[in-house]
Amino acid sequence: MIIHLYLNDKELKQEIADDMLLLDFLRDNQCYSVKGGCETSNCGLCTVLVEDKPVLSCSTLAARVDGKHVVTLEGLQEEASELGAFLADQGADQCGFCSPGLVISILAMKKELDHPSDEEIKEYLAGNLCRCTGYMSQLRGIKQYFSECRFHSPSQSEGSTEK
Amino acid sequence: MANINKIVKVNSLTEAYELNQKRSNVVLGGFMWLKMGNRSFQNAIDLSKLGLDQIEETGDAFSIGCMCTLRDLELHAGLNQAFKGGIREAVHHIIGVQFRNGATVGGSIYGRYGFSDVLTCFMALNTTVELYKAGIMPLTEFAELKYDNDILLRIHIKKDQRRLSYQSQRLSKTDFPLITVAVSKKDDCFYIAVGARPAKARLLVKPGCTLNKNSLEEDIIDFSNWAADQFNYGSNMRGSEDYRRHLAAVYIKRGIKELL
Amino acid sequence: MKRVNQSVNKPIRKKDAMALVTGKPVYTQDIAPKDCLVVKVLRSPHAHARIRAINTQPALKIPGIACVLTYKDVPDKRFTLAGQTFPEPSPYDRLILDETLRFIGDAVAIVAGENEKVVEKALKRIKVDYEVLEPVLDFRKALDNKVIIHPEESWKSLVNVGADQKRNLCAHGEDRYGDADAIIRDCAWTIEQTYHTKANQQVTMETFRTFTYQDAFGRLTCVSSTQIPFHARRILSNALDLPKSQIRVIKPRIGGGFGSKQTVISEIYPALVTLKTGKPAMIIYTRQESQIASSPRHEMEVTVRLGADEAGIIKGIDMQVLSNTGAYGEHGPTTVVLTGHKSIPLYGKAQAYRFGYDVVYTNKMSSGAYRGYGATQGIFALESAVNELAAKMNMDPVRIREINMVDKGDVMPAYFGETLSSCALSRCMKKAKEMMGWDEKYPCIDLGNGKVRSLGVAMAMQGSGIAGVDTAAVSIKVNDDGFYSMAIGAADMGTGCDTILAQIAADCLNCSVDDIIVSGVDTDFSPYDTGSYASSTTYVTGMAVVKTCEKLIEKIKQEGAKRLDDNIAAVDFDGDRVYLINTDASISLKALGNQAMCGNNTPLFTTASFSSPVSPPPFIVGMAEVEIDKETGAVDLIRYVAVVDCGTVINPNLARVQTEGGIAQGIGMALYEDIVYTEDGRNASNSLMQYKIPTRLDVGDIQVDFESSYEPTGPFGAKSIGELVISTPPPAIANAVYNGMHVQIRELPITAEKIVNGMTADEKSSGIR
Repeated sequence: MIIHLYLNDKELKQEIADDMLLLDFLRDNQCYSVKGGCETSNCGLCTVLVEDKPVLSCSTLAARVDGKHVVTLEGLQEEASELGAFLADQGADQCGFCSPGLVISILAMKKELDHPSDEEIKEYLAGNLCRCTGYMSQLRGIKQYFSECRFHSPSQSEGSTEK
Repeated sequence: MANINKIVKVNSLTEAYELNQKRSNVVLGGFMWLKMGNRSFQNAIDLSKLGLDQIEETGDAFSIGCMCTLRDLELHAGLNQAFKGGIREAVHHIIGVQFRNGATVGGSIYGRYGFSDVLTCFMALNTTVELYKAGIMPLTEFAELKYDNDILLRIHIKKDQRRLSYQSQRLSKTDFPLITVAVSKKDDCFYIAVGARPAKARLLVKPGCTLNKNSLEEDIIDFSNWAADQFNYGSNMRGSEDYRRHLAAVYIKRGIKELL
Repeated sequence: MKRVNQSVNKPIRKKDAMALVTGKPVYTQDIAPKDCLVVKVLRSPHAHARIRAINTQPALKIPGIACVLTYKDVPDKRFTLAGQTFPEPSPYDRLILDETLRFIGDAVAIVAGENEKVVEKALKRIKVDYEVLEPVLDFRKALDNKVIIHPEESWKSLVNVGADQKRNLCAHGEDRYGDADAIIRDCAWTIEQTYHTKANQQVTMETFRTFTYQDAFGRLTCVSSTQIPFHARRILSNALDLPKSQIRVIKPRIGGGFGSKQTVISEIYPALVTLKTGKPAMIIYTRQESQIASSPRHEMEVTVRLGADEAGIIKGIDMQVLSNTGAYGEHGPTTVVLTGHKSIPLYGKAQAYRFGYDVVYTNKMSSGAYRGYGATQGIFALESAVNELAAKMNMDPVRIREINMVDKGDVMPAYFGETLSSCALSRCMKKAKEMMGWDEKYPCIDLGNGKVRSLGVAMAMQGSGIAGVDTAAVSIKVNDDGFYSMAIGAADMGTGCDTILAQIAADCLNCSVDDIIVSGVDTDFSPYDTGSYASSTTYVTGMAVVKTCEKLIEKIKQEGAKRLDDNIAAVDFDGDRVYLINTDASISLKALGNQAMCGNNTPLFTTASFSSPVSPPPFIVGMAEVEIDKETGAVDLIRYVAVVDCGTVINPNLARVQTEGGIAQGIGMALYEDIVYTEDGRNASNSLMQYKIPTRLDVGDIQVDFESSYEPTGPFGAKSIGELVISTPPPAIANAVYNGMHVQIRELPITAEKIVNGMTADEKSSGIR
């Protein structure tokens, strides 16, 4: 079939096998940040944004993003650098294999949650596994990042500096 | 991994149902479970165009479209208010947000999996399923049916002032449950669903239950033990038959106490 | 030269950090040629079988298939896949493809084709007639079993490790100091218990993967996610019967190792395909393959006997080990040595010890190297036994360690006779106590809501490199403009050793860490290094960096002196310039670097190699706080406190992350990770759906601090940290469970069901599960 979508804001039209996974489609289109880590939808490494929502690209048929906006880390380099710097300052990048999926999920969390607590952060990211860091440095980096950036929240008045 | 020859984004339910009559065709849910199988399918039926991804709330019921995601359930304000967060409690353990953004309620319920938190939780509520051909039937009845070629369209939960308590236990926080227990109460009737036995959820209905706030601990324990004994249990990688039965009794008791 | 400390002990960002967090394509799969043949392996469905006949014709007929290889297509020379210094203690018991299959998942055939779909199709079309043989699945029944797993005459052992293949014995050893039997017999308090640990998987996020191709000179190039590039070159040479000079191994960024990639898991398959077809080939292991056909921790049963006097001083220690090496012997003879020798020395007042072991073959997946490398299993057993002894004596388990722990200056008979040259273990215990609030909360507090909170403790040690064996060489050159290129052979597996070694070099050379470019590893260009294992990169490769810098500074001074028309005795180097001590006339490093490119006979380049005769142990104290539901036995890990003595901390961020990460793996081993086999020998823990590594909801709050000793033989006083950090959680958590529920779990993982069973079991039960 032919699918038509927006990949990192670029319009794309491509012929694919009907059962092609979004993960393979993305890597075929030079989105190498997207990684596969398991076959059972457990690890979260393959997380990408579809219409701003984090989904597992390994468990999403490419056919299902027809007409949709798909964003990978390749399309969020500025945001990734900004957030990534906070992770890097904790040494939380380690082997880096879980980083793209994690960064995508954190950016999605920032849009969905307003000033999340530690527990809310951990629960939102529970589907992003990491074997190197033990998660603590990631949490430190994320909290630092959140404390220094603005949340998009209609209830929050401009200029509020609540940390 | 499963092989699919063609994906058909159907324009009508009739089209979907006709295609689904062939064994070599299948209805697509979230694709999580289907992907892990080894079967080859001719046509995979995608219901995305049919507006079945909404949760509608009326004065006396919720209608959950089969293509709603588990995340939709988790975040729906009305559902969580009606059942005091019990629905959220049932799904928030499931793997992760991105997984729940893909897994569909229809896939969960249609699958009638042993480990299903959603099935157990819904079973303790006043829940019916709506199938294309067979029409509306209680979830308890649907749960016992074999897989067939009908299509699950919606799940309806009546707002009947039932109060719900959901409990489960896992080896790690986002693993499959060792046991799932949903207890609900309406007036003096208790509805107790126990799943992940490891078999799928079954419902025990106990009308005219005399337990109340002032009941003795022993009486609650006795009742819970009796209730737990009404279900069968088995052993698997995650736990033994005996331990599951022990847990069922404990969680039934805790559910009851929460609702008294 | 006066050193200015700009880098060591500073939390400097990893050099590759920004590339990794922005998702740059730097891993093996990302940089592979697009036209690589896809390689997959057909795997045995039987735990023990012989191939009567194998018909590959139906598979070969499929369009797009480049080759289908069987045992008939491989050299008949046995080798080991273990990444160890030659001569390897691991037996030479492997072929690339064998006629006999020895575990469910063992390689039967190799298929290569244009894409994954045709290769999957071809795998299904290969017809194999198996003669199914009786398997040996219980490691307790393996020794002298009538079924022999390696009867072949071509089996070889290069080093005497007490092996006897006809008995299914991969290794045997015993050593002693003093008369432990007599000592223990006379002790006022004794304990004897048996503990059981499982074949835990490392679960690197990046699975095993390799691509290979023939370069312009016909040499085989192998790009792989490996911790051991140089050993891999030798192993490929052995396996393929190809001279080493015809093989090149390159290591790009890799997504984790933890020891799993200290064994050559995936490389041999695409390598053989490239040799046979002349084409580039790549294999990417699925998660399932990485769970069933990889190199997990050795399953061990450890029996510990302890004797202490009235005051609680542990006088005698006896440890006997049965280790399951699986179908092949990689790392079998060596891991078990650490089980005793990197646990027993913790108890510095012991007057005698006895340590004995058998390593047996079984028809299960071959085990390999996993962080801790045998020490972790020994620590679980010994620390649990010490805790049980303390409980028997009604003594606080922190106290029993305070009065028994080894100290600086102690000679350690159980640690190869080494003298402990640096140790802050007592300070670690003191600080951990404070951080945990041990005295206020030990043993447990009943919360009144059906739950209790309780504490547990354990300590651990490891080594720093393999004494007298691990060898690292480093080269550094001064470039034009005066920046440095440092070539190392140590494999950064995400730990940040590239950065750490640059920090060491930067402080030696008095420059910024940004002035040092680090490259590794390519066996054609990199100086030799045994590889990243045995906790050797900071200590061994770090000292090689120090040595190389010293040599280079001499060269710089020499060159600078020449340009200043004087001799080396008259000058010094401050990192920026070489200057005459008397007149301060100088030449900048930048100028020296530039001038070295014109009319020059002396390259500003040098290399040095280092190996240490000792392996100074780092230490850690771990404490766990758990909350246990008294009715269900469910355990919630609330907090884990750890204090580490790794000598000087080269990079506080990276050391902290290593500790937190290792503890999380230890927590997984303690509470969530189980290996379950079916009756016919199939590994059912074959996915992340079944094998549960901790999520960020499962590790509680991990709090880490450091108490640094100064190790005189290490770079800037550093020891190691890589492996040490995984070993305390299993015994500390088991101790916390005991202190809360009076149930001692002796088989991992600790589960709610085991706790409930322990509560209802007969008190006289021996506790063996």
